[in-house]
Amino acid sequence: MEQMVAVIWTPENVLDEIRSLLEAYNPNGVKIGSATNLSSELNIDSVAAMNLVMEIEDRFELDIPINQLPDMDTPKDLVDIVLTRVNK
Amino acid sequence: MGLFDKYSQIIERHSKLEDFDVDPFNVCVDRVISPTVGIINGQQKILVGTNNYLGLTFEADCIDEAVKALEAHGTATTGSRIANGTYAGHVQLEQDIASFLNCRAAIVFPTGYQANLGILAGLADKSDTILLDADSHASIYDGCTLSGATMIRFRHNSPGDLDKRLERLKDDKSNKLVVIESIYSMFGDRAPLDEFVDVKNRHGVSLLVDEAHSLGIFGDCGRGLAAEMGVGANVDYTVGTFSKSLGTVGGFGASNHPLFETLRYTSRPYMYTASSSPSNVAAAITALKHIRTRPELRTNLWQNAKMLHDSLSELGYDICAPMSPIIAVRMPDEETAIYHWNMLFKAGIYVNLALPPGAPNGTCLLRCSVSAKHSSEQIAFIVDAFAKSSAIINPKELPRAAAAQ
Repeated sequence: MEQMVAVIWTPENVLDEIRSLLEAYNPNGVKIGSATNLSSELNIDSVAAMNLVMEIEDRFELDIPINQLPDMDTPKDLVDIVLTRVNK
Repeated sequence: MGLFDKYSQIIERHSKLEDFDVDPFNVCVDRVISPTVGIINGQQKILVGTNNYLGLTFEADCIDEAVKALEAHGTATTGSRIANGTYAGHVQLEQDIASFLNCRAAIVFPTGYQANLGILAGLADKSDTILLDADSHASIYDGCTLSGATMIRFRHNSPGDLDKRLERLKDDKSNKLVVIESIYSMFGDRAPLDEFVDVKNRHGVSLLVDEAHSLGIFGDCGRGLAAEMGVGANVDYTVGTFSKSLGTVGGFGASNHPLFETLRYTSRPYMYTASSSPSNVAAAITALKHIRTRPELRTNLWQNAKMLHDSLSELGYDICAPMSPIIAVRMPDEETAIYHWNMLFKAGIYVNLALPPGAPNGTCLLRCSVSAKHSSEQIAFIVDAFAKSSAIINPKELPRAAAAQ
């Protein structure tokens, strides 16, 4: 029987996961780095940002209050929020 | 940097509407003739986007009572209830609503939008957590934001997702308030209230239901969807509006909580706004009597809703939700939606155009709201206008909902 192995989340693998989720919001194929601006470079508006947060919540099985949206400018911001919450 | 620079993309998007004869978001109604007919740009149009579900805006006694209140009490209260005082009409309306909903108390607000602001910002503060449906109306989002509470969204109409999130929060000591709508304004889809009640009871949290689009339409005597589903006693707070089935302006919150009326001196959107005008209050009191006593209005409404829903489905249009008085036709993209809206307008009907972010999930909609006062001939005319449009844009060739999601 296959054993469930808990993933140890690091800044690198969380960023990989978030970049993967961001691809659905990147029809123009912008190269996504940790400092890519979600609004100006990926055209993610407030509603899309809330939906992205929901996908991140599902991926990492945690809750991210949408009060934190103003603090989410880049993938790095998302990584920091996820790491803060998965390591709680 | 100018203050309006941040809107440059929105301004550019809106400017594209100027390529069409009529800007769907800036329609000027010259004159309203009846609940279902208006003169727009000098031409008579059938109104199919007014949320005037029971068509009470021209009811003779509603107008008479509003005129009497105008003459007796003047055009406005010119201030808030805590400063200028409560009028007898406010008290009567609140008692009537509380009695109608079998609640201990109701609080009236000048609009439905302010009712959500006032109830949510009054109930919760930064020490509390609000879990809200992802497709909630802007007034709910704004009320939650104003409260300062921690806001967690759950997937639309998903008691399972809410349950999962409440389970994750089981060690969190904050008070939890779940906020949902009974009928969602854009798609017209209804919430599984019984399943939400089950989740809220298992987790011991509070539940607020916004019945803006269901009051007067569902349930015994029009008491709303919670009443129809037999779960009214499990709803801790009900919010509603007078600007839809009651055909006037205003909103309310109602509850059985013994401390509910504390909001009268703690909720800033209640305390610091001018109170409802006497004429609006009188019209609401009278309209509520119609809702209680005239089930035939609901019979007509549902017959019209079924006729339009079935006819548009037969034409091949993709309707967003099962039959309700809100019939939202899904369009594949913004350009098609605007073009289609203009075709319908020229054919003599006025529907709502709804585009993202006003409509959820990036959806573009032609949103119809049916009235009890539409005649069967008017419904046939509306169907004919869609049929003429479908001859040019074949709905059967448009991408379907599943593909668009």
